[in-house]
Amino acid sequence: MRTVSAAETAPTTHPWAVHAEQLRVRAGRHLAVDGLDLTLGTGVHGLLGPNGAGKTTLMRALATVVKPAGGRLTLLGERAGGGDLRRVRRGIGYLPQQFGFYPRFTVREFVEYMAWLKEMPKAEVAEATQRAIDRVGLTAKAGARMRTLSGGMLRRAGIAQAIVNDPPVLLLDEPTVGLDPEQRLDFRELLRDLGVDSCVLVSTHLVEDVVAACTDVVLINEGRLVYQGTPDGLAAQGEPGDAGDSPAERGYSALLRRHRAEAGR
Amino acid sequence: MTTHPSPAVIARYADPAADLDEVTMWSVETHLEDCADCRARVAGGAPGDSRDLLARIAAGVDRGIAAGPAPARRRRPVTRNRRLVWHLVPWLTMTVTVLGCAVLLQGLEPRVPLVSLLAPVAPLPGVAIAWSRRHDPAWELIAGTPAAGLAMLLRRTAGVLVVVVPALALAGSRTGVSLALTLLPCLAFTAATIALGAFVGVRLAATVLGTAWALAVVLPAVVTTHPPAVLQPGSSGGWALLTLALAGLAATRAGNFRRLSSHN
Repeated sequence: MRTVSAAETAPTTHPWAVHAEQLRVRAGRHLAVDGLDLTLGTGVHGLLGPNGAGKTTLMRALATVVKPAGGRLTLLGERAGGGDLRRVRRGIGYLPQQFGFYPRFTVREFVEYMAWLKEMPKAEVAEATQRAIDRVGLTAKAGARMRTLSGGMLRRAGIAQAIVNDPPVLLLDEPTVGLDPEQRLDFRELLRDLGVDSCVLVSTHLVEDVVAACTDVVLINEGRLVYQGTPDGLAAQGEPGDAGDSPAERGYSALLRRHRAEAGR
Repeated sequence: MTTHPSPAVIARYADPAADLDEVTMWSVETHLEDCADCRARVAGGAPGDSRDLLARIAAGVDRGIAAGPAPARRRRPVTRNRRLVWHLVPWLTMTVTVLGCAVLLQGLEPRVPLVSLLAPVAPLPGVAIAWSRRHDPAWELIAGTPAAGLAMLLRRTAGVLVVVVPALALAGSRTGVSLALTLLPCLAFTAATIALGAFVGVRLAATVLGTAWALAVVLPAVVTTHPPAVLQPGSSGGWALLTLALAGLAATRAGNFRRLSSHN
């Protein structure tokens, strides 16, 4: 039980949690995101795309970690291009694809440290840390040092730090890498739970994850939006002749094939 | 504070079989939350089997507490930055050792003011290490948090200066150099590293400034055994102005430290 502040119950004045218009982002010299238009509201959005499609670069730009080279990016109703990113960042949870960690920290210390960097009120840090660790199923390992954890546990510790501030925008880059099948099922459950009241964007290679846990599919290729719609809509795009073992995979390959054919012309 | 409910009402409240209207029940409950006497009366008025049940539950809870894990100890808040502290220790030890050697050498050759020559570059290795992605595995995580930015860099720089400035003051007092001419160049170069770092990255800025100072001032002074013009007694006002100007410039470029840049 806690006191709810007036700011928390105030109605939002923005139609989309994430709104990108003609967004262009560089990765090194290469323009990895090239004129992307994207709107994301509440729910779980699966970000699909082949390797090098610009998924990670898009995630980094949405996390405000890299500066867009052009276009407009509005997060939670605020422009995320200018100088003061503090307010926007308080509402973002981010799990990078390769996240470094401090091997000598325990899981709890690591999540607490991140909560402190996210400028959470001091009195809430311990409780929020425990809640985040419980949600990802690491309760028994909360006191273990990070270097003793397996790959899947590290990923879950990373997810715990991303959700510790209950962010309205949650960005998870390849969160299912290294999770075993049972943990993946738990993770899908967690995703559905998180997607009830926040905007979750999950990048992944696995079409099955998207179909199982996402309310919305975003498919990008070569830095551009190819398709945005429901998982059922994705499955409907495929024809029996397309590559893939499931309707959604056939839809995925059909959309990519068509997009490449259009780009080739 | 409400008036105490009558014993009859309390008895009816405690008796599950008695019928009590909701409004009275709420008012009794609200009152019981604050009044220990009435709570004792409710407990006293409860039937025997209820009291047995409560005693059994209390014993069970006690057993559970005794068997369960001990509450986590309160940890000291210093653990937060201990990784950075451990990481900086070798570099700061090196800086202090070099300053100690400079004091000894200046004792042997008093014409070269080695301590004041080294003072501007003394904090640079520490500052570069404190703000370098290569030395911080969680850099990308940290770069995305609201706390990331100039304030964090300044905090880390302050951590370096806390060690370097007293060491310089001590070395300066041992060799009889003016304190202002030791510390002001040190602060000016720290501010310059941060200001230049906003454009090219802190690590590169520290390298460039350190090399430039070594080639332009330290080397000629050691070769000619003449104290350089920029460290003459009258120049401390200039160093103070330079420090302020560079600090101001760094403050205007604060936004450059918020993002992940390829420079650091």
